[in-house]
Amino acid sequence: MNKISLIISREYLSRVRKKSFLITTLVVPLVIIVFYAAIIAISMQGSTEKQHIAVLDEANLFNGKIDSSNKTLAFTFIHHETEKTFINKYEAEGYDGFLYIPGDSTSLNSGKFSLHSTASASMTTMSDIEDIINKTMRNKQLLANGIDPAAFDKMAENASLENTVDTKEGSKKNFAGLAYGVSFACGMLIYMMMIIYGTQVMRGVTEEKTNRIAEVMISSVKPFQLMMGKIIGIGAVGLTQFIIWMMLMFLMQMAIPLVFPDLMQQLNDTAMQNNEGMSMAATAMQGLSSLPLMKIMLLFLFYFLGGYLTYASIFAAVGSVVSEDQQEAQQLIFPILMPIILGFVMMTKAINDPNSSMAVFGSIFPLTSPIVMMGRITYDVPVWQLLLSMSLLVFCFIFFTWVTGKIYRTGILMYGKKPSWKEMIKWAVRKG
Amino acid sequence: MNIIELHSLKKHFTSQKAVDDISFHIRQGSIFGLLGPNGAGKTTLLRMITGIFFPDSGHIQFNGRAFHPQDDIINIGYMPEERGLYKKMKIGEQVIYLARLKGMNKADAIEAAKKWFVKLEMESWWNKKVEDLSKGMSQKLQFVTTVMHNPKLIILDEPFSGLDPVNANMIKEEIFNLSKSGATIIFSTHRMEQVEEICNQIVLVNKGKKVLDGEVNQIKQDFKENIYKLGAVTLAEQLMTPLFEVVKHQPDNLLLKLQPNVTTNELLQYFIQQKVSIQSFNEVLPSLNDIFIKLVEEDHSATRKFQA
Repeated sequence: MNKISLIISREYLSRVRKKSFLITTLVVPLVIIVFYAAIIAISMQGSTEKQHIAVLDEANLFNGKIDSSNKTLAFTFIHHETEKTFINKYEAEGYDGFLYIPGDSTSLNSGKFSLHSTASASMTTMSDIEDIINKTMRNKQLLANGIDPAAFDKMAENASLENTVDTKEGSKKNFAGLAYGVSFACGMLIYMMMIIYGTQVMRGVTEEKTNRIAEVMISSVKPFQLMMGKIIGIGAVGLTQFIIWMMLMFLMQMAIPLVFPDLMQQLNDTAMQNNEGMSMAATAMQGLSSLPLMKIMLLFLFYFLGGYLTYASIFAAVGSVVSEDQQEAQQLIFPILMPIILGFVMMTKAINDPNSSMAVFGSIFPLTSPIVMMGRITYDVPVWQLLLSMSLLVFCFIFFTWVTGKIYRTGILMYGKKPSWKEMIKWAVRKG
Repeated sequence: MNIIELHSLKKHFTSQKAVDDISFHIRQGSIFGLLGPNGAGKTTLLRMITGIFFPDSGHIQFNGRAFHPQDDIINIGYMPEERGLYKKMKIGEQVIYLARLKGMNKADAIEAAKKWFVKLEMESWWNKKVEDLSKGMSQKLQFVTTVMHNPKLIILDEPFSGLDPVNANMIKEEIFNLSKSGATIIFSTHRMEQVEEICNQIVLVNKGKKVLDGEVNQIKQDFKENIYKLGAVTLAEQLMTPLFEVVKHQPDNLLLKLQPNVTTNELLQYFIQQKVSIQSFNEVLPSLNDIFIKLVEEDHSATRKFQA
């Protein structure tokens, strides 16, 4: 087995076998999922228990019946009572609340009604009841003006704008919202992975140096092999984590309907109730299939690897020149983080305006391209720009590894004072 | 045959000449001592021999051919002065990892590791981590990782520091065994009594230059000062003679420096005439320690001045 693959497998296995890897890989997405589940659960709490509402309809607004498909609300009409007399009785009669609709036309037209309840009513209960009243009142008025409410529903507010992008290859529908999300998620992931795994490389190198194992290793392997072994090993850990997360997401999607059938049912119900929800889901599905997913995946992988490898070699060089003092490392990291952060800022702009000169520049300049290009991939990037950007990135990676390899080689065996930038540049340009 | 030959090696750093034109040969199978005060350039020299540094000029012959670090590295075992192991890695895995980096295959590495662990009474350590070991214990482990791949040339920088006498003896025995089975050992230290006990050939470097080179016995002969020890009760007036100078006079023995051209027989005859009853008589050779201090001090100052 060749030496570099031995080093890669050690770096990889020693990290993957650690408890902390298992924890971050499994627990982090779990925490996120639990968090979202909690939000959903809390927001739906109000409608989980059936609410019995008494209706005291003095104006006879509902004409004795409420047409509601809402399963969480049950209405009962009360007669021969007043607001004042019933307010003391509704709880004893088994109602959770009562809705009072006054008989005089002034208060009816002002649209103010009161809902009395034993406990404060939830937002959903309130808005459901509001919807019911509004709809009933609107229908009444429509009928008064001789309009059929059903016909009115059909023509109301159905406009939605659809953007078709016309290129030489033909016309394509554009799903801006979804493209935005996918772009942002990809850029964010690359940004995070570069920083997280880059600093891991740096810490690993510093650890080897301060443990003094570096000298033992360098008497067995070339410094360059040691550096590349570490960079590739840690990169593989990143990819593993990423793949596990992807699989978890996929599994979760399959498992949620099985574990929480009620949840899905409710979600579907709400979607059914208002056509908008349904059409949004449909649009998302349609949009997802219209995006060049395979191309996005491949580009994501390429830019993730290119960006990671470029920055990891710089991080490795920084790790090799600092000693125990973490403060020193912080000072040196800062100038490296600058272009990464700049790339992130440019990416958020590029998503909104993918063909601006800044977005084009950022996605070609190799220090920012891994992140900025993610902001553009869901749109059509001209092939020459893509090729230029990719080849610049590869060139940049080779150049940086060559330069930082030299700094690393000298730095890893130097103890004591931190070298100055001038000295490091001297190491880098020295031949041999 | 020489396992390694250094020909006018030079290595200059920006602020100092770490190694300045050093040449010497090491015989195959010998135990070789590389001596010198702190900062003399020993570590730089060793790093060139192990292929970590390239010399600025000069060349190295290894095993009769030009030294080619990438291929020859598997025939060298190097234990640097600053020990280093992966603290969080299990000991067994670590030993096998390091051996495989030296070109052993997995099965051989496991076998060799087991053999050494039994020999040095370390069997129970296999699944422990280095961070659980004491300093002396990790020293032993480091020694095992250095010699496990059966290198032809073993370089040990201060191998006994931090070891208790029992473990130091154990390692010393193993060094002799390795030497007997044909390995050459370079031993770098400034503990002279160990060098005297173990080495048969030494080189002394100071300020980047070679000061002394040769067989330990020969060097002692070269530096002897005609000093003898006489085991006998002598009186002060009996010592008034042109034959010798008194170095140290004690009740039951006498340390003396014989004048040139006076033979030991003439000296003994003199004492016999004086009716002194002689218990013992022997030559006192200088210790390497004395030679070391003498040579280094002759070189003006033991530590190199920093040229900022």
